[in-house]
Amino acid sequence: MRSWLFTILAVVAGAALFGVSRFIENDYFFFAAYVVLQYVVLSTAWNILGGYCGYVNFGTAALFALGAYTTVAFHKLLVTSRIYPISIPELIVIGGVVSAVVGLGIGYLTLRLRGAFFSIATLALAVVIQTLVTNWDFVGGSRGAYIIRPQTAPLIGNYIQYLFLVMLVLAVISIVVARVIERSRLGYGFATIRDDEIAAEASGVPTLRLKLIATTLSGALMGMAGAPLPYYVGYLDPASGFNLAYAVNSIAMPVIGGTTTWVGPLIGSVLLGTLQQWVTVTISSAVSLLIVGLLLVAFVIIAPNGIVGLVRPLFERTKG
Amino acid sequence: MAPLLAVDDLSKRFGGFVALDGVSLSVEPGERLGLIGPNGSGKSTLVNCLCGALHNETGTVTFEGVNVNGMTAHQRTRLGMARSFQLPRPFTSLTLTDNLRIPLIYSANVRRGSHFTAAEIDERCGELLRLVGLDAKARRLPRDLTQVEMRKLELARAMAADPKLLIADEAMAGLSHSEIEDIIKLLNELNARGITIILIEHIMRAVMSFSQRLVVLVSGKKIADGNPQDVIRDPEVERAYLGQ
Amino acid sequence: MWRRRPAMVQGLAKPGGTHGDEASGRERAAAGRAAEAADARPRVRPPMSFPLDLLINAIVAGLMLGGFYAAVTSGISIAFGILDIVNIAHPAFIILGSYIAYIINSQFGFDPILISIAMVPAFYALGAFVYQVYYVSFERRGQEALRGLAFFFGLLFITEVVLVLVFGVDYRYVEAIYIGPTLHYGFIDLPLRMLVPCLVSLLLILVLQVYLTRTFVGRAIMAVAQDQEALRLLAVNPIRIKRVAFAISIATASLAGAFLIVIQPVEPSVGREYIGRVFAVCVMGGMGSLPGAVIAAMLLGIVESITATFYGPSWAPAVSFGFLLLTLAFRPAGILGR
Repeated sequence: MRSWLFTILAVVAGAALFGVSRFIENDYFFFAAYVVLQYVVLSTAWNILGGYCGYVNFGTAALFALGAYTTVAFHKLLVTSRIYPISIPELIVIGGVVSAVVGLGIGYLTLRLRGAFFSIATLALAVVIQTLVTNWDFVGGSRGAYIIRPQTAPLIGNYIQYLFLVMLVLAVISIVVARVIERSRLGYGFATIRDDEIAAEASGVPTLRLKLIATTLSGALMGMAGAPLPYYVGYLDPASGFNLAYAVNSIAMPVIGGTTTWVGPLIGSVLLGTLQQWVTVTISSAVSLLIVGLLLVAFVIIAPNGIVGLVRPLFERTKG
Repeated sequence: MAPLLAVDDLSKRFGGFVALDGVSLSVEPGERLGLIGPNGSGKSTLVNCLCGALHNETGTVTFEGVNVNGMTAHQRTRLGMARSFQLPRPFTSLTLTDNLRIPLIYSANVRRGSHFTAAEIDERCGELLRLVGLDAKARRLPRDLTQVEMRKLELARAMAADPKLLIADEAMAGLSHSEIEDIIKLLNELNARGITIILIEHIMRAVMSFSQRLVVLVSGKKIADGNPQDVIRDPEVERAYLGQ
Repeated sequence: MWRRRPAMVQGLAKPGGTHGDEASGRERAAAGRAAEAADARPRVRPPMSFPLDLLINAIVAGLMLGGFYAAVTSGISIAFGILDIVNIAHPAFIILGSYIAYIINSQFGFDPILISIAMVPAFYALGAFVYQVYYVSFERRGQEALRGLAFFFGLLFITEVVLVLVFGVDYRYVEAIYIGPTLHYGFIDLPLRMLVPCLVSLLLILVLQVYLTRTFVGRAIMAVAQDQEALRLLAVNPIRIKRVAFAISIATASLAGAFLIVIQPVEPSVGREYIGRVFAVCVMGGMGSLPGAVIAAMLLGIVESITATFYGPSWAPAVSFGFLLLTLAFRPAGILGR
């Protein structure tokens, strides 16, 4: 399927989803759906570097929270002081840029080395960025910051439904980006990095440059996913912004769904995201995280190609 | 005529171990050079230094007059130096055709200065696969190949980069008599098209019949460089390599 | 999380435990008495003495911390430095050791370090089991990179969540006779709760080093990283050797866990701070080298301690990260070679 056709279909699907949501009265649906869509973006973003290139990033929370805290900073700077009523799309762009730059920076420092060192560095990075943010009083430091949602939302009226729409758009964008990359020359290059980086270099693939592209893109999407968060929760502190749940989920969802294509993170995030919402409400959030951890380990051992990997052979057999 | 490849006083150490000690050699355009030496003599290290997979401590490598010191491996491949790996390293998640597509779009493309069309890419991949006898498995994955077929894929992939210099690193180990003949024929064909070839091998029969010039490496030092018949009669070579 | 965590070197900052306060008190008292005799005005302490004794105490604390860090890293030196297994879940095993020491100590009052020694066989068995799973699922299939990392990350995460579910997020601590008293040598303070773990850590490293260099199995472990084929020729099964090595690395976690909870109170997320530290020390120490790890650990301990004393404890994790980046930037030869 050509990329432009896929883009149209994705937009149509998104629009249909949005259309259906207009009939839903219960605000809780929008709260939950926001979280699930957020994970669609995060796991798709993670997968660009992790699944396509084979470089595992443990610092999703850092890049995500950077986007959120950028929003807090700009909100305090511009909105609270009534200089400029900065809107969410603008904040998303800024958050994306900030996280992209940080992602690029950490990539530049560590991507020349083995993948394992990159992964360790991302773990350490998460801790450091959290330290820096916690010590920065302007955004509330360890006490956290309150963000007051505007009374009315552009386009729709109900703010939470507006946030849902925003995240839906981001989800569609991230899926389209992932899919376009996957079928492109860039995507082939990523696959060679994953399969055998040394052979890739010998074949003329500029591996460092491609890895930096992947890290930057991945970081940008994560920052964009984080930017609306303060408006969603109303209160942001380092403990919730840098919550380990983000790191685990952004790895578990692609691994469980399947890391080699854009479909995997989508399946993983929808299934796991919904499961977690349900378990959190019925049992507890700690138990839902435990389930995610257990599923991650189970899938990595038993079904390393994820759900996509389990289902694909069925398709191929029926095709004959 | 200026040499295609000029290696000057190349040295490489791993900690205290000297893998290459002041190696110098040159390769003329269109030449067929054979490189032999006992195990551990530094042949693979030399290939890695030439192609940029390792960094040499001293010495220079010049390709077509360009000093490639400091260039990454992919830059050198784009200049026109290609190599095949001793232990095949195929891209395991890509089909054979796609394995060949990679060097085409990342090296040959760049050297040509313009993009191949999709049709041209398919045609070139198909041609190369036919050349090595793998076109029947074009849509398969490398895990479906035999050892011998993987060797051929290695060579085909190196060729897909449209190189001026091809370094074949022990491509024939473990092959049967007729398979070796096939590879030699293939290499000769490539050479006839103008590709300079450095053949690194243990199989003396193949090296002798193929090479115009023979270089011998022992313990990181070049001990002989010249006409194959003269070289193998060199007492030092006999002692170090053949006499054992 | 930051505001709740006490600093590793809080012994320096806590009132009543700091040489600085006591010395300044003593000096001030002496100076004050002299001043009273000569002049009724209160005497201000000369500025030069203030940084120096604080600095020296920071260095001493850093050395003791470093000894402890070396023990924590010893497991990774084996698993990652020698076996090339990126076990980022190592801190989870350490925290597990801490909690086990806590449970038994709070129930029966036994000394935590002795408890951890008694638990070594259990941790050894656990390590052997984990390696077996790792080998069968990943190493054998040649998929260590992504899958192995995800596996260990999953273990790290599961351990933390289970501990939170069972114990909650409150800090836990142990009681032992050496927690509390402090030795004084002149103006140098040596809190026993840091000195004892440090000394036992160094003892542990010594035992490991002797084992690795003098025994057959130990030397086989050092060799397995470099040449599995050679081992096979000696009729030694490299897989078994690796399993033994990994089991040993997890066994060290039992002891490291006890040291940790002696030095500071522990809660489930403490482990994550150590990931940066252990890998920084391991890499800077030259990967598989235990003596190297000791030196690197002490260096890290001193820098962290000085930072905490003069800039505040909340910056300590940034130090280990900086260390990690520096080591990655300046020791590429040791890294790329593998």
